[in-house]
Amino acid sequence: MTVETELGNILEWVKSMRRRVHELAREWEDEEGNLIMILHAIQNEFGYIPRGVANELANELGINMARIYEVITFYNYFRLTPPGRHHIQVCMGTACYLKGAMQLHDDLDRELRLLEASGGREGEFQLESVRCIGCCGMAPAVVVDGETHGRLNPSDARTILKQTRRA
Amino acid sequence: MESKQLTAGDLEAYWVETPPTQPWIRVGMDTGGIAAGARRVYKALVEARDQLGLPHDIRQTGSLGLSYADPVVEVGDASGSTVVFGSMDEESARDLVRQYGRDGNLLEDRVIASHDRGRAFDGQPQTAILVKDTGTGKSEDRTAVFQELIREELVVHGLDKRVKVYRAMDMGLYQRGICVQLLPSRVTYADVHGPDIRRIIAESLRGGQVLEDLLETSGELQERIVLRHCGRIDPDELDSYLRAGGYRGLKRALLEMSPEEVIEDMKVSGLRGRGGAGYPTWLKWKLTRDPVSDRKFVICNGDEGDPGAFMDRSVLEGDPHAVLEGLMISAYAIGADTGFFYIRAEYPLAIERVQRAIDQCRAAGLLGPNILGSGFSFDARVRLGAGAFVCGEETALIASIEGRRGSPEPRPPYPSVKGLWDKPTSINNVETLAAVSSILDRGGNWYAGFGTEQSRGTKVFAVTGKIRNPQLVEVPMGISIGAIIEDICGGAVSGSNIKAVQTGGPSGGVIPREKMDVPVTYESLQELGSIMGSGGMLVMDTSDSMVDVAKFYLGFCVDESCGKCAPCRIGGYQMLKILERMHSGNGKPEDLVIIRDICHCMRTASLCGLGQTAPNPVLSTLQYFEQEYLDLVSAPVTGTSRPRRKVTTSLKGF
Repeated sequence: MTVETELGNILEWVKSMRRRVHELAREWEDEEGNLIMILHAIQNEFGYIPRGVANELANELGINMARIYEVITFYNYFRLTPPGRHHIQVCMGTACYLKGAMQLHDDLDRELRLLEASGGREGEFQLESVRCIGCCGMAPAVVVDGETHGRLNPSDARTILKQTRRA
Repeated sequence: MESKQLTAGDLEAYWVETPPTQPWIRVGMDTGGIAAGARRVYKALVEARDQLGLPHDIRQTGSLGLSYADPVVEVGDASGSTVVFGSMDEESARDLVRQYGRDGNLLEDRVIASHDRGRAFDGQPQTAILVKDTGTGKSEDRTAVFQELIREELVVHGLDKRVKVYRAMDMGLYQRGICVQLLPSRVTYADVHGPDIRRIIAESLRGGQVLEDLLETSGELQERIVLRHCGRIDPDELDSYLRAGGYRGLKRALLEMSPEEVIEDMKVSGLRGRGGAGYPTWLKWKLTRDPVSDRKFVICNGDEGDPGAFMDRSVLEGDPHAVLEGLMISAYAIGADTGFFYIRAEYPLAIERVQRAIDQCRAAGLLGPNILGSGFSFDARVRLGAGAFVCGEETALIASIEGRRGSPEPRPPYPSVKGLWDKPTSINNVETLAAVSSILDRGGNWYAGFGTEQSRGTKVFAVTGKIRNPQLVEVPMGISIGAIIEDICGGAVSGSNIKAVQTGGPSGGVIPREKMDVPVTYESLQELGSIMGSGGMLVMDTSDSMVDVAKFYLGFCVDESCGKCAPCRIGGYQMLKILERMHSGNGKPEDLVIIRDICHCMRTASLCGLGQTAPNPVLSTLQYFEQEYLDLVSAPVTGTSRPRRKVTTSLKGF
């Protein structure tokens, strides 16, 4: 790819991003207090809230960038960095915690470090602990790329990673 | 019908009860069920049915509440008999269609026996026997042994062709020895011993006599009002809700009652806020109705953030129209024209189903101008939370809907006077609103018939933790915690003993084993240092450390503190540091004094409910399990802690 085409692609992306933000702002124009709903739509589309997009949104809505950042940083749900290719969420609700979610999280963390040390791709997995996902009947539970796995043993950590890589 | 505007007459036509004319299968497809594989089960059922050319009508539905048995499938026929199957997978789904759907045979280890137990045979021949060893605490599981014994006895009587014997998955009875249920009568015998088998076969099956000495007469302890449709209707279909009597409460309110009469009926019902605080619903509505304002709002609080609670999610996913109907009734009562559902972004399925319910109602004219020709106009919208526990607090929730950070404001003024965009606003919890639609349908007097003098009606609890059968239960107020834990959910997981039950999540406290007979009411739980809360009920056994649990909840509140007021921001953090230090073996006896001081300060000086109640888990574990704290400060728990402390001391000299 030449420098020219690469730059062209980036410019094209910026143009389409601008168009999208404009559309979203119009869509929510008549709704009071629309900021959080627009941010949800942006995160759904981009996987996180890129700074450039937030800046564009500030221009569109005629508000300060700080107004947007105070909201993004207040709420846990909004991300400022791109998510990994595979997303692993360990439920840290009370029922899961009592049934060993912490251990499960630590085991997954250790396995991921080993994987990275042995030449695994960076950013392949993103591990995080999340608030109760409401599957308390299946505690402890882990969500991998949107699919929930329940009633896990500590030894299941390795199996989960293996299956996810293969998929 | 989606585009047709419904009239009151159309609704009435739906409410005429029509029993099913063909066999049906329902698959519980809430988040829990889907996580356990309900979608694959659904697909397998449809394929197997089509392959065999059977007439079964297969539908998705919400959760029956039986989380321990997910995925759950219920099968029924035109005669009105139903059977619930649990822990299904694709293979058992195919078996179910073939064996039960086609041949009428049940599946082994999958049937959840009905709690609606029979008392008589009414001359009807019995065709199946369910058997289950519900335990005595002494011996190994003898289910298979008794299954064989019953079969042999059937052979003796030549009944083995006509009557089949199956191992049940669950009987709804615990620590009652061998239990059997005869079908279709549902006559259930408990504490059955070897010699009884002969009598059951000879006298009951052949003779048609009920054996009174073995008969289990205890009935269903649960009372399903809020959960009335969950697991019974298709949450994605307005038709399905209407046929179950849906929007009857709305029609009664709009066409037969004035707003004041609606509030009066709510007063009679005695319903109090089910989000946890227990404020009388009628009073909240009256206080929001009274102020004069050009606009008013109603909000449904679906920001269920308590870790370990999933009541609201189940209701929104299983019966969204019931909540929407409740919201519409509350809007009529206070004179609001717009409503908001504020739902956690972590509940995508609930959001989808509520949005669909709203769209369906708009299309049918149940939302919009002049609803049912009453002159009342109303519309509802969905707004998403974004992962902030504090947004369950009403002033923070309002800030969030307005698109701001969810920081609480001092009250008064209360939202009933100055709420969303400074207009009078009534905020009710999901469970409260689902009860409202039922109350307006059946009358305040009917609802007041459940529960106790001060705490009327029913409450939904999500029972989880070290419990045999984690599930969603709905019980009349006043029932004991012990009955919920032992009789409905089967007590501790096998081989362990219950130590305490936590209610109210991060704002609540623990109830020790000795107090299990206390009735569930707002007042009695508060007396014990806990709260009713939104309905999380976490069971802990003797292997769980109370300090660790207190630390878990406090850590949650520290994470979720918005940081606006100092007692919560600083107090919570410092207390957590002390607890962590104690837990790692470096505690000091005076730590307990400091902890109590901080708790007192947070309780009295915090701005909102989060900070005021955050000390509760610590205080209540201190109240009942102080020894566990003392053990931590007097003896180090880890081998490394002592030397570390010595090093610090010796360094002091430098």
